[in-house]
Amino acid sequence: MTTVVNFKQDIATTSQDKPIFSDERKYKMIAEDVSVYYDDIIAVKKVTMKFKDRSVTSLIGPSGCGKTTFLRCLNRMHDMTKSARVEGKILLDGEDLYSKSVDPIYHRRKVGMVFQKPNPFPTMTIYDNVSAGLRLNGVRDRKILDEIVEDSLKMAYLWDEVKNNLKKPAMELSGGQQQRLCIARALAIQPEVLLMDEPASALDPIATQKIEETISHLAKEFTIIIVTHNMQQAVRVSDYTAFMYLGDLIEFDETKKLFTQPKNELTAKYVQGQFG
Amino acid sequence: MMTASQRRAEYRALFKHNVGGRLVVDKIMMGVVFSCVIIAIIPLGSILLEVFKNGIGALSVEFLTQPPGAIGSGEGGIGPAIQGTLIIIGMSSLIGVPIGIMSGVFMAEFGANKLARTVRFFNDVFMEFPSIVLGIYAFLAIVLVLGHFSLWAGAFALSLIMFPIVARTTEESLKMVPMTYREAGMALGIKKWAVTIRVIIAAAKGGMITGILLAIARIGGETAPLIMTVLGSSQFFAGFDTPMDALPLRVWRLSLLPYDSAQMQGWGAALVLIMIILAINIGVRYYFSAKNKKGNPITRLLRGRVK
Repeated sequence: MTTVVNFKQDIATTSQDKPIFSDERKYKMIAEDVSVYYDDIIAVKKVTMKFKDRSVTSLIGPSGCGKTTFLRCLNRMHDMTKSARVEGKILLDGEDLYSKSVDPIYHRRKVGMVFQKPNPFPTMTIYDNVSAGLRLNGVRDRKILDEIVEDSLKMAYLWDEVKNNLKKPAMELSGGQQQRLCIARALAIQPEVLLMDEPASALDPIATQKIEETISHLAKEFTIIIVTHNMQQAVRVSDYTAFMYLGDLIEFDETKKLFTQPKNELTAKYVQGQFG
Repeated sequence: MMTASQRRAEYRALFKHNVGGRLVVDKIMMGVVFSCVIIAIIPLGSILLEVFKNGIGALSVEFLTQPPGAIGSGEGGIGPAIQGTLIIIGMSSLIGVPIGIMSGVFMAEFGANKLARTVRFFNDVFMEFPSIVLGIYAFLAIVLVLGHFSLWAGAFALSLIMFPIVARTTEESLKMVPMTYREAGMALGIKKWAVTIRVIIAAAKGGMITGILLAIARIGGETAPLIMTVLGSSQFFAGFDTPMDALPLRVWRLSLLPYDSAQMQGWGAALVLIMIILAINIGVRYYFSAKNKKGNPITRLLRGRVK
């Protein structure tokens, strides 16, 4: 029972230590001169970006501009793609993700990811999906698992819809519910950073609204980086926005500034919907 | 200069309009496809019918449980052959299935390198090997070394036939599992082997089982390698180190005898062999579908997949 209590206290103290909305938020993640190649083709060109702790950053830009490719660098997802090569530094709390001595698994536990299409594990129940990251990383205590599953599903705004059916196969949920399940699954490993790759692109407006509510709510505890095609969504959910074009980072600023007073002509055209 | 709508009208005019003719072609194609199915089914049906018709008369408790009687007497049965076939299938599976699954997992999940490409190439070559060659190899490697025919040698030869089939079907089933599940697992910081076992293999289980059953059906009917390894016997099991009988061997020997009673027993043995393979198939599928009654789209899909 004591362990359960401790777990809750942990979250409480960390949220108190760092004031939530102030300009003194430290940088949680820093990308320095990051380039990504697929064989000989360069997809991301020397991008440097800093992500403040407990902020929401949107990556916008036309299709093929390298947003997703860049996002996937932030938890070393490209390790799985044979042809991809990443150059540059990505620091998480000052530690380089790509240094040789770092096991990517250790970092992926700190950096959760939600994908474009909902991808709950097909053979598992709702409960097993949410707890998979914990169980397969060695957490056995049933009480802790139950508590984290409930907590994560509540954070993803899915708890009320599934609390009586936790043993139901995850594939029987609707698309929007599946996506929120994937968010809960990512949150269950207690990440510090959450990466989201167009999490609402496959969803209807109501499900999208729910996901956006979830994001705003989560921003109080996590650093969130979200790729989106929907500029209104970027305005609604993010503190900072980065505009990318053909692999270059064109402009990176506070969301309000980027959309109202863009410094770059290309950004201005894109946010006004003149091309895309 | 044509307007855009005029041009579109011209494009539309290019389409064929003989809907009636196309419906006829559609019907003809359906007919051709359907007759091909019938043509493929006829031999299968007639074989089953023939085996059933000729073999059913031989079946009796004595036939299923007794060792063979004197040649041509029409007495005795195929007890040792049934026992031998079950033991050999079991032993070969114990050797061949784990090796096959592991090589399949290696090729599918760790397969983007030279070693895996080499393994895949030799695996494919291996799959096409004439089984008699594998029998001769087992004869040279085990029978001659030990100095006598044995169950071990037979199981070894058949496992060589089995593992490339299991490896290939495992690889194919694993590749059908979408990449996005692997990514989801990796993004949770789960180690690759755990993702492979708990997520990927769990999703591909149905297809892998189909592969294993195919391999069992294949080795269940193999005769040539068994001639070179277990030899045949009219005794019940007396140790893994001794010669043993098996149903295909018994069918082969009985069919060579010039007595009507032996011919009939041969048909009976063939019928029993088919029934055993069928029973293993249905049993294994039932076991796994009962365990996973609701299932999910992928396992349901794979379970329904018959090669």
